[in-house]
This record gives sequence, structure tokens and C-alpha cells, in this order.
Amino acid sequence: MNAATETTDVVVIGSGFGGAIPAYRLAAGGAKVVVLERGPWLRTEDFTHDLRLGTYTRIVDLIQGDGITVVAGNCVGGSSVVYFAASLRAPGFVFDRRGSLGHRLWPASLRRATLDPWYERVEQTLPVAQQSWHDVPYPGGLFAAACRNAGRTCNPVPVAVDLRRCTNCNWMLSGCRFDAKRSMLLNYLPAALAHGAEIRPLHEVQLIGPAVTPGYRYRVTYTTVDGDDYRVPTGGGAIEAKIVVLAAGAMATPVLLQRSAAALGGVPAAVGRYFSSNGDRVSVAAMNEDRIRDVLGLEREPGVPYEALHIGKPIGSMSYDRLDPHAAEFTRFSLQQIYFPTITNLLTRSGDAGSSWFGVEKKELSARWRSWLTVLAMTEDDNEGTFGVPPPTGAFTRLASSIGLSPLRYAPTANTLRGWAAADTEARAVLERDGLSRVRPWSDVGGALCAHPLSSCRMGDDPATSALDDSNELRGHPGLFVTDGSAVPTSLCVNPSLTIAALAERAGPAIVRRAAEFGVPVRYSDAW
Amino acid sequence: MTGALSRRALSRRALSRRALSRRALLRGLAAAVGALYAVAPAGRASASPALSAGPALPVDPVTVATLEAFADTIVPGVKRYPGDHALAGAAPGPGAVQAGAITLLRAPELGLTPLLPGLAGLLDVEATGYATTHGRPPLSLQPPLSLQPPLSLQPPFVGLRYADRAALAADLLRPGTPDQKLWLLLALVSALAFDTAAHLHTPDAVRHGHPGLAHLRFPQPDADGLWRYPRFSYQRTLADPHPSTTPSGSPA
Ligand SMILES: Cc1cc2nc3c(=O)[nH]c(=O)nc-3n(C[C@H](O)[C@H](O)[C@H](O)COP(=O)(O)OP(=O)(O)OC[C@H]3O[C@@H](n4cnc5c(N)ncnc54)[C@H](O)[C@@H]3O)c2cc1C
Repeated sequence: MNAATETTDVVVIGSGFGGAIPAYRLAAGGAKVVVLERGPWLRTEDFTHDLRLGTYTRIVDLIQGDGITVVAGNCVGGSSVVYFAASLRAPGFVFDRRGSLGHRLWPASLRRATLDPWYERVEQTLPVAQQSWHDVPYPGGLFAAACRNAGRTCNPVPVAVDLRRCTNCNWMLSGCRFDAKRSMLLNYLPAALAHGAEIRPLHEVQLIGPAVTPGYRYRVTYTTVDGDDYRVPTGGGAIEAKIVVLAAGAMATPVLLQRSAAALGGVPAAVGRYFSSNGDRVSVAAMNEDRIRDVLGLEREPGVPYEALHIGKPIGSMSYDRLDPHAAEFTRFSLQQIYFPTITNLLTRSGDAGSSWFGVEKKELSARWRSWLTVLAMTEDDNEGTFGVPPPTGAFTRLASSIGLSPLRYAPTANTLRGWAAADTEARAVLERDGLSRVRPWSDVGGALCAHPLSSCRMGDDPATSALDDSNELRGHPGLFVTDGSAVPTSLCVNPSLTIAALAERAGPAIVRRAAEFGVPVRYSDAW
Repeated sequence: MTGALSRRALSRRALSRRALSRRALLRGLAAAVGALYAVAPAGRASASPALSAGPALPVDPVTVATLEAFADTIVPGVKRYPGDHALAGAAPGPGAVQAGAITLLRAPELGLTPLLPGLAGLLDVEATGYATTHGRPPLSLQPPLSLQPPLSLQPPFVGLRYADRAALAADLLRPGTPDQKLWLLLALVSALAFDTAAHLHTPDAVRHGHPGLAHLRFPQPDADGLWRYPRFSYQRTLADPHPSTTPSGSPA
């Protein structure tokens, strides 16, 4: 406490895609990097196949806002540890989106073509595997067959999974016990460590302000938290750095900046505004096994057409048919087969009534759980989420170690609702055709459900509606970069991790340039 | 209109009688259900097969019966014994209660136990309001809930038929209504007991035939408590890819 303030070249806040990638590039280039991560550091053996309280809940947060519930990771490796590994490039039209502001929302320098080299680099580094139809589990096969039956196309989904190690256990939310899922724990983070970066788990950053040590720019203040109860602080401290890379995720980054606004002498108005849920919209189809056999000709075992919801990698196949660049904005989406653990079974509805997620008919539907097929539509939402007053500490009020109340408010606009309606219609057209199933969207009893929070501190060319310039630097704050999902300007119509990662790779050279300018002995290295 | 008013008036009277602050209850409940997702110290978690229900604080039978009736409304089940009033017997097979909903609610890890009487009381107040405004038996004639009633006198929520319990629950759980989050949390605990056996390690729960997981036909794990599916794919080309798919497999 009475020692001189700790200093380092670079502080990285958060260790997901957005944090791990710059941490590696900067460390590999010669900078001294310290990564501060709020969550615990789990090893492969710590990941269990268990839904008991106190297991997966150590690494997954359920964050409730007003009108929305968001799921996100809380551990070293961030959401990459608990995610489902679908690794997709965003369709070209996304970069030209105008939303309801009437001007292009992405920086002029960013198009699909300019991002392609960075996408490719990430695909090689994770690495991403292309599934063949032989790798696609039963639910993905069933969705594909239904798409073909309805005159649609359907693709196997590229996944960041070592297909030889994967056991198709369907426990990805609990972290991968088989080292098959290529999370940040298996690539960028060990590479950063090998170049001398330091990762400090259970360090929750509270404030970013100006440094007091000459030659340093930012002072990052944190508390350390108890590994058994994250609500309990165990200490605290501060580190000063020449460069700060803020990558606490789209639910945390804007909150940290809002709290730091006074200390930093103000932050751009777009911080904490324009949040996107990626337009996530989940529906469950209760499939008719006889029709699967008679209409689609599928049989996985003698006499068993499907009954395989529980088997697989959670994401197997998806349809790109509605990603039509010529269609009107807010009507485009992808439709993806996905599996969610039974924690979410509550949300499945047995009827059209608002209360049909519980009761007698719902229980009957649960008996056919193995015959459910879940689909996720990723639509064009309206960036309508806004963060209110930040809580005293952290990114949300942590009621317990894995549940929080966020100041985020999300009230879907007519544009977003239009996209959801279009997605619902398409899901029905594919899955209800020829009596294959009944499809219903999840209950809205908990608001919109989102696993892909984005855009709450976004890049752009217009200072009024974007917080970052096109090199991910916070406007007015040289050396303070934001490289996580909050930097992505709009929903992506596909799962976002590959885009977040590609943007973080793309930011590397600019961050290194700024670091060198501020006296850090660092060179950009594209080596792997 | 009048119905809603009289119900609210009833609630208010009953609440002040029990000196129950709805806001405090809400906050406590939110925290408690938060704890539902909480980190159990790793050592303890692996040492104990179940969230220990044993040393939980005693909960009075009125509270238990009321909460059982609510859990049974979310996932209904058969009556456990002749004369079981708490469970409506609306559906065949075990429901949330048999799956462990009350064990989960009372788990010390949740810290919910002290709040359960207040919560049940609030639910019974709502049930009394519902009964009086829907021409159901005059439950208000029953003795105060703090007295232990003989078995023949049921708490007001238990006194409702399943259809009425479900209608009232739907009312309370409608998004945008004042205490919706509170009832949603209670519903969530009930469902988690059934759909995930959240008070048990999943491999143990499945092996021992936990009724909720058995109802889902949740698969059995391998001997080491992990799941693996050597056969997982139809292994057939089942659709044509989109014509403008790019070489990495992404959309154009
Ligand atoms: C269940 C689930 C499934 C998903 N499946 C897919 C998928 O298949 N494909 C896909 O593309 N995307 C998927 N996603 C989304 C994807 O995982 C995220 O978009 C991506 O990981 C976000 O990366 P990030 O770097 O922005 O944030 P994160 O990875 O969330 O990292 C942020 C990190 O910062 C830490 N942090 C927060 N606050 C602080 C603080 N104050 N101090 C220090 N550290 C802090 C957090 O603990 C976290 O580790 C899924 C997400 C979930 C939850």
C-alpha cells in the first residue's frame, strides 16, 4: 500500500476474445502486459457435466436488465469458455447497415472485404473447423432436412472445435472438459503468457482515471474478489499504464466508462447507448417423430427417427436464405439450429396463451423433450438498448455470485419487432411444413433473451453516435482502446465472436503504433 | 375494477398485519434466488451429494403447503397420498414438488428460508382476493394463518382448484405486473428443481431416477459421470448449401 504505484506498459481489462487477442499481440511485440479479469481461472479438470448450483454458475452470469436478460461468461477466457463456438463471418450487407439513423453506421474504412484478412487470421489461429455433414449432429441434420423439404438451403456451421476430440456431449455451457472447444484458454491466452503477459483472475476493475506517475497515462483501479463469493471484496489496488485495452464485454465496458467519466474528464455521449441484442430470437419446435420418418426419411436407429435433442455440439446447421443483401433492412436474418441446457426449459411454451410456459400441457410437452428442436434467429435490431446510472461497483449489482441486475433497458422498437415477426414466419414455414412440428417462440416472461450483447461503446465515423474511432480508440482519450463486443456497431445477423475477434486483431497494429508513440518498446508482430 | 381494488385493499391489510415490507421481501427474494445461481465453495460442493436440506430452519406447515401448491401449479404432479391437498393431482406422474422444489427453496445455500413464510403469506393473500372476486368458497372465514390449522383447514392458495391456481398464477406472472419478478423467481426455482435437479449433482440425479430428469428422459452418463455420444450424426448430406457461401463456410 505504501509502496510506489505499480506500473506496466499495458493493462488489458477482461480476458475474452476482445482482451486475449490484443494481450497476445502486445506481449508478442515486446510490451509488458497485465490482464485483469473479474472471474476465476478454471482448468480443464474443473469443467464438470453438472447442472447443480455452484458448478456452471461459477463461470456464467445471468444479467437481468429491464426488458432483457443477458447471458455472459465470467472467468479467464471470458464468454469463449462457455460459448457454443459457431464461427461465422458477418454477411457483407451488415457493414452497410444504416439502422434508423439514416446514415452508414460502420466506419467507412470497414467493409467485409477489409475485414476478411483478419477473419482469416482468426480462423487459422483458433482454429475454426468446417463441419461436413458427417460431423453435423442429429439436430443439425434434422434442421437441414426440414430446410430442404421447404425448398431452402442449409449449411453446416463452421465451429471453433477440434472435431477429433469432441465427444458431442452438449455440455459447452459448462466449459469443455475434453479440450475440444478452442476457447481463449487454448490459443491466445497461453500464447500471451508465453510472451510474458500476466493474467490476474478475481480482479474486478472499478475505475479508469489519469495516472499520477510521470510518463504513464492511465490509472486502473480494481478490487480483488473472493473466489467463493464474488460479492465479497478481499482487497484492492491500482496499476498505471501507458495503454489501456478495455475489453470487459458489452455488458461491462460502457458501465466502467460511465463510472470513470468524471475522472477521465468526460466520455463520448455514445458510451452506454446503442446497445444491440444481436436481434436474438429463440423458438422451440416440438417435432413429430412419425412425420420425420415419413416426410424426411430420417432414422437414427431402427425405429427412432430423431429423439436426439440432447446429442451433439450445440450448433450444427443454419440457413443463410434470408441473408439477402437486396431485402429491406430489418427483414434479414439467419436461422440456426441450437441446443440450450434444460435450465431454459421453463421458457418453452406449449400453446399460444401467455401462460403456456407452465402447467399441465407444458408438462406433457416436456415428456417429449428429446423430440424438441430449438432454432435461433439472429435479426437486425435497432440498437435500442441504453444503460442507465452505473451501480456503485462492477458492471451490475451482483445479487449473488452469478446473477446480477443491470441498468440496461431494452424495449424493442417496431423495426426489431418486424424482424422477429419475419423470423417467426420463416421458422414456421420450414418446420411446420407437412406437419413436421409446432413451433413457438420462447416465452417473453423474462424479457428478450440475449447471448450476444453488442454495440454499447461502438465504433463509427459520426462522433454523435459512436464512441470509438475506426481504430477502436475512445474519442478524446489517446491510448484507451475498446476491443470487445461493445465496439461492434450493429447486430450482425450471425453469431458475433468471429467478428469481435477479427476486429480485435485488426486493432492490433493501431494499438501497437500508439504504444510505441507513448514510449513502449513494442513492434507489431503478426507471428503466431 | 372493484375486484382488483378489493383485492389490493385486502393485500394491504394483511401485509401490514404481518408487518411485511413487500419491498424488503422482493429484495430478499431477489438476493436469495440470486444465491440459487451462486458459487458454492468448490470443496463443499463436491463433498456433499445434495444441497443439504437437513439442518434447514424449520418452516411451518402452512408455508410448506402453500409453496408446494405453487410449485405444483408450475409443474403439476400426482397427489403423494390420499388426502394430499397441497398437490392438486392435475397431472399424472411426479411434478415439481416430488422433484425437490421445496428442498431447493429451503436449501441453506439460498438463504431463502426466513423469507418463505412471508412469501407464502403474500400468495395466500392473493389467493383470498382471487377467491372472493371469483365466487369461490369464503376463505376469509378461515382462522389467521399464523395459527396452525387442523389439516382440514387449508391455506387459501391450497384451497383453490388447479384451474384457479393456474389462472391466479398466470395473473401474477404476467410481464409488467407489480410483483411479477417475485413470482417469476419462485416459478424458476420450481422449474429448476424439475428440469435440472439443481440441488443434486446431475450424474447422481440421473442415475437415481430423479423424477424431473426421468420425465425428460435425460440420458444416462458414462461410468465416469461424463456424457459422450460416439454416434451423433445421420452422416448424410441433408441439404444443399447456400450458393453464395464463401470458402470459410460463411455467408457472402
Ligand atoms: C452461452 C453462450 C453461447 C454463445 N455461443 C456463441 C457462438 O456459438 N458463436 C459466437 O460467435 N458467439 C457465441 N456467444 C457470444 C460470444 O461468446 C461473445 O459474443 C464473445 O465471447 C464476447 O467476447 P468479448 O471479448 O466481447 O466479451 P467476453 O468474452 O464476455 O469477455 C469479457 C470479460 O471481461 C470480464 N470483466 C467484466 N467486467 C470486468 C471488470 N470490471 N474487470 C475485469 N474484468 C471484467 C468478464 O468476466 C469477461 O471474462 C455465446 C455466448 C454465450 C453466453
